[in-house]
Amino acid sequence: MAILQRLNAAAKDKIFSLQEAFFLAWNAIRFIFVRPFYREDMIQQMDAIGVQSLGIVVLTGFFTGMVLALQSAVQMARFGATTYVGSLVSASMIRELGPVLAGLMVAGRVGSGIAAQLGSMRVTEQIDALNVMGTDPIKKLVTPRLVAALIMLPLLTVINDVAGMFGGSVIAKFYIKLPTSVYWGTVWDQISSGGFLFRIVPNDFVHGLFKPFVFGGIIALTACHFGLRTTGGTEGVGVATTRTVVTSSILILVVDYFITQVLLALLPR
Amino acid sequence: MSKDLSDDPTDGPTDGPIDDERRATDRRTSDRVPDEVHAERVRAAIRKEIRADERADAATTTATAEPKAVIELNDVSLAFDRPILENVSFTAREGETIAVVGESGTGKSTILKLILRLLVADKGQVCIDGRDISGLSFNEALEIRQHVGMVFQGAALFDSLTVFENVAYPLREHTDLEEDQIVERARQKLEFVDLDPDQIMTLSPAELSGGMKKRVGVARGLAANPQIMLYDEPTSGLDPLTTGTITNLIMKLQHELSVTSVVVTHDIRSAFRMASKIALLHDRHISFLGTPEEMSASEDEYIKTFLGGF
Repeated sequence: MAILQRLNAAAKDKIFSLQEAFFLAWNAIRFIFVRPFYREDMIQQMDAIGVQSLGIVVLTGFFTGMVLALQSAVQMARFGATTYVGSLVSASMIRELGPVLAGLMVAGRVGSGIAAQLGSMRVTEQIDALNVMGTDPIKKLVTPRLVAALIMLPLLTVINDVAGMFGGSVIAKFYIKLPTSVYWGTVWDQISSGGFLFRIVPNDFVHGLFKPFVFGGIIALTACHFGLRTTGGTEGVGVATTRTVVTSSILILVVDYFITQVLLALLPR
Repeated sequence: MSKDLSDDPTDGPTDGPIDDERRATDRRTSDRVPDEVHAERVRAAIRKEIRADERADAATTTATAEPKAVIELNDVSLAFDRPILENVSFTAREGETIAVVGESGTGKSTILKLILRLLVADKGQVCIDGRDISGLSFNEALEIRQHVGMVFQGAALFDSLTVFENVAYPLREHTDLEEDQIVERARQKLEFVDLDPDQIMTLSPAELSGGMKKRVGVARGLAANPQIMLYDEPTSGLDPLTTGTITNLIMKLQHELSVTSVVVTHDIRSAFRMASKIALLHDRHISFLGTPEEMSASEDEYIKTFLGGF
């Protein structure tokens, strides 16, 4: 009986948490269109989420592009197809690795930061103070972070993609000894062969930009959800931070699969 | 009435055969002289009665002019996993300071959350200015809270803002004041809590001592000129001197600004100094509500134990 009761309590807690998460997401999205707009907070968050993540995103992209080119060169050399390294690097970076890597890096760096900040605000009664002073904490704290993440993550992904392809071109030039024009030619061939949305936007770009947009939402909302639910003092802040990184990383990978499935069905070559 | 008496024809001197009769009449007249006195007595009595009536009226007027009830809790009950409060009632009138005391975990801070409508009572009413706030929507509750200042146990100043920005926060959020007016108001409030604005405005909360944080918290709570101030353990963790300063500050608010306050505290000494009434929360109920004098004179065993010889 005791086990059943514990299971019942745990299930209730999970359902309640999920309900809270949806409530938070709904309100955070709704408040984007409701005054007052906290523009300064939004710009501040864009700086924290976007500009300050630039370094790690460029480094991650560059080295991932290099290692992709290196590995594919070794494998493709067996078939004499090293010319197509650029094609492989661009397909991998734009469609998958760019959005997922940027998402995971931002989840680790920014998601944990947001959870820690909101968690500390919760345990030091600053969230209660906002409530008491007639400010909705979701509007003041969550919406600006959500908007900033929705805007900045696609931009970071583009930078990550470009850095990755440059990394690939360095390996192509200095390791595979492939002319730069050939490398970039195969990159473009790959992009154009994927088909176009409305005959203008390459499908690769649609994949590559829609995913980080969704990942931005996942990171911001997961971090805010766990941050605002923090209990148990400073130890609780640590727990909230860890949960944020783990949950948002898993969600990014799982949601990535489903988005890919849907986009492949909607955007055939 | 007096004129009628003086005009009486029987009043004049008399002589002749009818003197006896006259004398008899005079006796009656002499009886009438006391009548005049009597009349004067009647007039005096009437005047006295009128004065008494006036006093009674004045007393009635005083009774009706009793400060209005600003915060009212009527038979409030609240339970989470277990009952927290049961049939709790008290009224805080304009300018009064109610100190809520009791052992830890008896739901003292819950009362503040009910007043702020951060929690809603399962049963009973919580009224602010005669308006039951239990049924308010989230946004309506936010509006009510704009008229309430709150000082938190740990001050709860926003880490990411300076002292000035903290004090200015409620003004920027809910008023249309110009920036120079906001600066002026923030300076005023900091001066009111005995802090030097020139020295402190640009500091971050991390650079302040515990007592200074509390005072900035009071200044922030006061910024929007609220009608009600709530304090959650305002003197906890402070040295005796700073405790005295904060207690004096709360009393100053009561005397100079007629702010209605509810103070949740463990600090009996401060509660006795600052409170108009003390509410003792025990076993989910308010077991005592009265003036500090009444509390110290109480023969109740629990109260005696709680006060511990104070």
